[in-house]
Amino acid sequence: MKYMLLIYGDAEKFAKLPAEVRDGWHGEYMEYTQKLAASGELVAGDALQGIDTATTVAVEDGKTLTTDGPFAETKETLGGFYIVDVPDLDRALVWAAQIPDARSGKIEVRPVLDLGDM
Amino acid sequence: MASPERERFEQLVRSSSGRLLAALVANLGDLDLAQDSLADAFLAAAQRWPRDGFPDDPDAWLYTVARRRALDHIRRESTRSGRERATLETQAEVLADREAETDASRRSGIEDHRLRLVFTCCHPALPLDARVALTLRTLGGLTTAEIGRAFLVPETTMAQRLTRAKRKIRVAGIPYRIPTATELPERIDGVLRVVYLIFNEGYLASDGDAPIRHDLADEAIRLGRLVDELMPGTPEVEGLLSLMLLHHSRRDARVDAAGDLVTLELQDRSLWHADEIAEGAVLVEQSLRRGAPGPFQLQAAIAALTATAPSFEDTDWAQMVLLYSELLRREPSTVVELNRAVAVAFARGPDAGLALLDDLRDRDVLTTHLLPAARADLLLRLGRTAEAREAYDHALDLATQPAERRYLARRRSAVPPSPAPKG
Repeated sequence: MKYMLLIYGDAEKFAKLPAEVRDGWHGEYMEYTQKLAASGELVAGDALQGIDTATTVAVEDGKTLTTDGPFAETKETLGGFYIVDVPDLDRALVWAAQIPDARSGKIEVRPVLDLGDM
Repeated sequence: MASPERERFEQLVRSSSGRLLAALVANLGDLDLAQDSLADAFLAAAQRWPRDGFPDDPDAWLYTVARRRALDHIRRESTRSGRERATLETQAEVLADREAETDASRRSGIEDHRLRLVFTCCHPALPLDARVALTLRTLGGLTTAEIGRAFLVPETTMAQRLTRAKRKIRVAGIPYRIPTATELPERIDGVLRVVYLIFNEGYLASDGDAPIRHDLADEAIRLGRLVDELMPGTPEVEGLLSLMLLHHSRRDARVDAAGDLVTLELQDRSLWHADEIAEGAVLVEQSLRRGAPGPFQLQAAIAALTATAPSFEDTDWAQMVLLYSELLRREPSTVVELNRAVAVAFARGPDAGLALLDDLRDRDVLTTHLLPAARADLLLRLGRTAEAREAYDHALDLATQPAERRYLARRRSAVPPSPAPKG
């Protein structure tokens, strides 16, 4: 089964981490991604630019509305994702718990809809 | 069916359904299909057995019939997706292979499947109320209507709750397997929490007029025994089973003929179930010897001190204070703090206990009726009657359970009149 691990970072909590942990963050992600890839269970993954760079599009009555934002309503914002292909939820949860941001933010684990099941 | 036969049949449905269901779920990977085919098998049994007599091994008979029904169902099934059908067909082949298995290996396999099902039903990815309902439905063999009644929820609501939970198990890929060694301690805690929640709902029902619901407490003890049987020698599992046995042993003394609660101090100890106390006391000792004390074992040790004391006065209060201190150190909780304060009041006098309770009150961290009720008792023992009355009033404002309210009202009316003000 495929699962998307959505990484919700919390900038405030992150800022409170010790400097050496913050400095090592990027390295931790590199290491984690390598480990995930080596397991053969990584399908895709990327980090996103900050929410201040986001643009929102909606179409109403055939008219495209483009706006700045969204503005973060909570402290946690989507900062990246992985897609893993694993036997079951427990395995996906094991990978989710090892994502560095799990320690300062939250990881949402969602099964990917398999179109073959529809 | 003649009535002794009917009784035997009903008992069989109850004792076997959890076991058989677990085995079917493990093979089919689909809780709904397993439930449906097992229900078909029981129906077939209800029709055939009165005519042909009970089979030598009813479980094997039911298992075989249910499996055959499931196979028929899978073959008929055309609404499923190609991939899912393929999976089920593979499983059907596996099922057919297992026809050849010996009875003994089938039995030990079933035990393993039941344990997997315990972990699935108590998976932390499910909402707590759904975990409780699923556990009672699939492992306890209770009907949806019975679970609904037990939790005072309409049957349709309970049915929806179960359906949603089963859908999440399927769609989110919650596994039917025993967690890995690293996951295990946390998952066992999760299972024990569900069992204890069922017990507490029975021990002191949060709603409804009857203060104790034996059906749920009995069911929780049955589940505790099952988990203990499936994971023998796990200290906290033994601790929880011991705790439930010790609490439940006092059931007949906890409520009087009028349905009102009787405090520990005034309970008729001859009504306590000695066999259950003995079993609970042995269990907790055995678990503590394993050298990994945890919250359930400590609570069971406390309950054992109470249950084995010759009288309320002769309880080893000093030892109880120590146990509460240890419990508090491991799992800080205001309710434990309160209980410790009450034990201190008996070990060192009401003044010492009251000081701890006043500290709790000043921190404003415990908002249930338990705190003013405990303060009232100690104030009364110190002869501070006006303050005691006031504290009982406060407790009455906060209490919601009818039997508890009646108890508090009775205590309040028993406070002697305050001495006339001096001067």
